Amino acid sequence: MRPLLEVENLSVAFDTDEGTVGAVDAIDLDVRRGEILGLVGESGSGKSVTALAVFRLIRPPGRIAGGSIRFDGRDLLALPEEEMRRIRGAQIAMVFQSPRTALNPVLPVGRQIARLYRLHQGCSAAEARRRTLEMLGLVGIPEPERRARDYAHQLSGGMCQRVMIAMALATSPRLLLADEPTTGLDVSIAAQILDLLRDLGRRTGASIVLITHDLGVVAGLCDRVAVMHAGQLVECADVRSLFREPAHPYTRALVRSIPRVDREVTMEPVPGVVPSLLDAPPGCRYADRCPDVLDVCRTVKPARSARARDHEVACYATEAARVAAPRG
Amino acid sequence: MRRNTLSLLALGAILTIIGLALAAPLVAPYDPDAPQAEETLQAPGWRHWLGTDIYGRDQLSRIVWAARVDLLVALAATAMALTTGCVLGALAGYRGGLVDQVVMRLVDTIMAFPAFILAMGITAAAGNATANVVVAIAITHVPIYTRLIRSEMLRVREMEYAEAARTVGNRQRRIIFFHLLPNCFPPVIVQATLAMGFAILTVAALSFIGLGIQPPQSEWGAMAAEGASYIVSGEWWIFLFPGLAIMVTVLAFNLVGDSLRDLLDPRMRGVA
Repeated sequence: MRPLLEVENLSVAFDTDEGTVGAVDAIDLDVRRGEILGLVGESGSGKSVTALAVFRLIRPPGRIAGGSIRFDGRDLLALPEEEMRRIRGAQIAMVFQSPRTALNPVLPVGRQIARLYRLHQGCSAAEARRRTLEMLGLVGIPEPERRARDYAHQLSGGMCQRVMIAMALATSPRLLLADEPTTGLDVSIAAQILDLLRDLGRRTGASIVLITHDLGVVAGLCDRVAVMHAGQLVECADVRSLFREPAHPYTRALVRSIPRVDREVTMEPVPGVVPSLLDAPPGCRYADRCPDVLDVCRTVKPARSARARDHEVACYATEAARVAAPRG
Repeated sequence: MRRNTLSLLALGAILTIIGLALAAPLVAPYDPDAPQAEETLQAPGWRHWLGTDIYGRDQLSRIVWAARVDLLVALAATAMALTTGCVLGALAGYRGGLVDQVVMRLVDTIMAFPAFILAMGITAAAGNATANVVVAIAITHVPIYTRLIRSEMLRVREMEYAEAARTVGNRQRRIIFFHLLPNCFPPVIVQATLAMGFAILTVAALSFIGLGIQPPQSEWGAMAAEGASYIVSGEWWIFLFPGLAIMVTVLAFNLVGDSLRDLLDPRMRGVA
């Protein structure tokens, strides 16, 4: 079956006074129906920008510089604004990083959810209210009638995130983009939120893109993982292969940087810093941090090649090693 | 604490003045416009607490009735300026680009004139009906709100809840005026309170020079103007009491505005 979301060759650029910042550099990404895809990378790797691009909500000075985004076969970048608006919130929804600031401080949370039923499903006020309370109950908020009247500042961080999820899932979207949904929540609440996302995703059949820098979360929740570095997609694999045989040097470094309590492995931070994306040179943007760097890495961006089924990597060094020492 | 007492006093003064204005027919001891030939130029005393003017009209009654005019004109002007400023500022701030350029240059043009001169010009050109006074003051106040709302909007439109409002498919108009504008209000409320005082001052000043509210309608500025020529001959009360009314009202609005600002700005709390 055709993937729900097909991102092809997508580039997002920000025009600044100093030059052009290539926040997302020609990435290809598929999200299959019903799967949970982890989108992983350090801060500034272009994960959130990619998500906003799917909504076509990159605001000036940013712009989508090229590529295509197909949602269920429709080219989102070619849709008229009014149709795009009807897709936002109804078919594609977003859960934000900091729920407390993503909820409007001057509106009771219940009204913010009820609004969606009225906007996208044309419900009456009473019907919208009824469904809102039902949805709040579904995401595990006790006393929905009372909480619906509360403002964001009256709720705890975990409660706010539940409200946010209720809002995102209210209209049963087919694609949910969750941008670091557990940042700022303590560990046990974070685990509850992630379970909630997975359960609700399963129940509604929605595909979820989980944007995170926490590989532990990815391991526990996702079906497939895409790794981004400095705006480039370096590796994409099912979760098992990625952790068992990380191929790209960056992915390997990321996996080594996971703190482990169950094994005697030293945790190593990824060396170097995310390079500046301002007028970035051609080639692989990991080159300056990479232990296996080749000359060609700095001049031509490596294409993605399949390593195994459901495992693609964009790296000359890995490719070279694989060719030199074929497996089996 | 002392500051709080002062603000409460100021708030009390405003409420008292509004109360008196509303209850003018009940509290004013005399008809404000009825001349009484045998009572002209009475000094303040038991019959006329604040004295009478050259036509024998009771000053207290006229001041109380005048409060209606002054407050109403100032309020109407503020409301008009606030509404216009909100719409212009919100659009300019949210949309940016050409809309922003056009709106802000328009506002700059208004600001290039000294506010009072501009108000004088407008009333002189349009005729000094009360409605024109309201419009003139409103026009001079629009830039204040437009710039303030625009700067707040620039901040608020980058907030995550603005992004969230966009991702759920709201129309732009709704995002601007329903989701974001209310978040711009706190400093605007402060500004509106301060501007109320300024608007009262402008009404009075326009009337003082004969361009505002016209006699026989009682109005503080016009009354002060009438009284000004009698100071030298010793009839000080005709000028003094309308002048005091203006001063107390404007001062009260400024004090309340100031303390509202301190209240809404945590950095200022406990400093003053």
